[in-house]
Amino acid sequence: MAAISNPVPGGSRNSAGLVPPEPVEPVTSGQAPGGAGAAEPGPRGSGLGLLSRFRPGRGVVMAIPYGWLLLFFLIPFLIVLKISLSEAQLAIPPFTPLTETLAEEGRTVITLFWDNYRRLTGDDLYIIAYLNSLWIAFVSTIFCLLIGYPVAYAIAKADPRWRAPLLMLIILPFWTSFLIRVYAWIGILSDTGLLNNFLMMLGIIDSPLRILYTPTATYIGITYSYLPFMILPLYATLEKMDNTLLEAAADLGCPPWKAFLTITLPLSIPGMLAGSLLVFIPATGEFVIPELLGGPDTLMIGRVLWSEFFNNRDWPVASAVAIALLLFLVVPIMLFQNVQGRQQEAGRG
Amino acid sequence: MPKSWFLRIGLVTGLLFLYLPILLLVILSFNANRSVAVWSGFSFHWYRELFNDQQLLSAAWLSVQVAFVSATFAVVLGTLAGLMLARFGAFRGRALFSGMVSAPLVMPEVILGLSLLLLFVSLEQLTGWPEGRGMLTIILSHITFTMAFVTVVVQSRLVSMDASLEEAAMDLGARPAKVFFVITLPIIAPAIVSGWLLAFTLSLDDLVITSFVSGPGSTTLPQVVFSSVRLGLSPKINALATIVVAIVAVGIIIAGIYNARQERMRQLDEKMAAQG
Repeated sequence: MAAISNPVPGGSRNSAGLVPPEPVEPVTSGQAPGGAGAAEPGPRGSGLGLLSRFRPGRGVVMAIPYGWLLLFFLIPFLIVLKISLSEAQLAIPPFTPLTETLAEEGRTVITLFWDNYRRLTGDDLYIIAYLNSLWIAFVSTIFCLLIGYPVAYAIAKADPRWRAPLLMLIILPFWTSFLIRVYAWIGILSDTGLLNNFLMMLGIIDSPLRILYTPTATYIGITYSYLPFMILPLYATLEKMDNTLLEAAADLGCPPWKAFLTITLPLSIPGMLAGSLLVFIPATGEFVIPELLGGPDTLMIGRVLWSEFFNNRDWPVASAVAIALLLFLVVPIMLFQNVQGRQQEAGRG
Repeated sequence: MPKSWFLRIGLVTGLLFLYLPILLLVILSFNANRSVAVWSGFSFHWYRELFNDQQLLSAAWLSVQVAFVSATFAVVLGTLAGLMLARFGAFRGRALFSGMVSAPLVMPEVILGLSLLLLFVSLEQLTGWPEGRGMLTIILSHITFTMAFVTVVVQSRLVSMDASLEEAAMDLGARPAKVFFVITLPIIAPAIVSGWLLAFTLSLDDLVITSFVSGPGSTTLPQVVFSSVRLGLSPKINALATIVVAIVAVGIIIAGIYNARQERMRQLDEKMAAQG
């Protein structure tokens, strides 16, 4: 019970079902074969959980986090929606109120200002930025998958003694600063940077390649920063896989590559999906990486939102940009919550 | 190590990709020269400059304070939320609640930052609180987005833990609150510690949300780092990176030793139990 076998405190910036299962299974009665199901006559998770018997306390316990999230998470979105329909003005705060009380008639008038959205659809800049963000996030997700899959597979197939330290190595970069890790690539990719010097030293190129401040640098930065998010859920799925299937395939004369393609790969789809969503969704709205590595022509929607807000001080348009981005991401986010919910159910054993 | 060569190469490539940039920063922090490509001797020059930068130091102090307070509140809220999701079964509004808890895990930070700022502005208009933007609004925002991570860590521990201990205590007549503090809390304590550290790190590292909700006079460390690296290379930041890596490495080593000791004790306990 005492074994926190995840050696890194905290594990990962990850969702529950996606946290890699503990490599060394602690022996507890609940986890003994057949124990989990048999030992409990089922109160857990069935709505009759132990704390649910204590009604008044339960109410208090529930009210605090529920209230907090309503106030600081849900209501803010409604405010963004509201302000996206107001008009910018030079004042504090820099937008018009939607409702106006007409003194002489004594009634309240609501004016919805749709121009912010018309601007989004009318100006190529926004459309290009949205499409570009989705494309950059998609390509980076593919790169993460290509690099992350062999790593996750190798760790899952490694000797159990090696798994915990290897996983720790994957998680460790999380604990150093994200900003600083992105910054490291400036020194590597710049014209006088390490990569160019190295390639010129080898005689592969004569003049420095322009990588920094191009979309290529953005792909590299996103792939690098989000790679662990891909590896961890992939590992969790691959590690749980039933090896007897592969043995059976081998016994029946199936070559390893074919067994991989027909057994391992399809069975690891949930992990691939979870990892891809964990990379794709935040990468679409990424601001720091295109800003530091991408150069002025790497248009991503996170940067557009930022500059509308901070440079143009146009809060209503920034809000409309945010709402539109959310609309793009609604489907992936729901998919993510669905995948996560299913993994959680599976985690119950 | 895995047996196949292909997998070995894949693993090593992946790890090199993750670690070379960090290693590079550590090496460069001791370079007397500004340039990345020229090594002109070992020097502590950039460390001296780092520790003479008053703006950076005061920003770092603010960040540590914010992270400490945020992580502490996030742990309380996240533990309660984890408890609700893992133990309360199907309560009313559960779908909405679990949606609100897990959305910040993937939600782009620009959206979270903007929405929180607009909330604070609207609240101030309506109620006069919070007055302006500063440390308080940063802390409130950090609690909100880090509690999601705490919830996930605590919830997964609760789900995987053996509930029969709690049930036994209930059967013996313990009140739920007592069961929680005497049985559940000690068992999930490692997850709570992990959650706190995770929330602390995330808060310390956050740039985007902070930029939206901070005011003049409350500049955090990532904001200072960002404004200096935005202009290109800044070797002081290499020194800062090295210090961060050193702190993390020491923390990991301590955690590793602690875990190894716990593991040995557990094995000893098991042996004793088996014998007798």
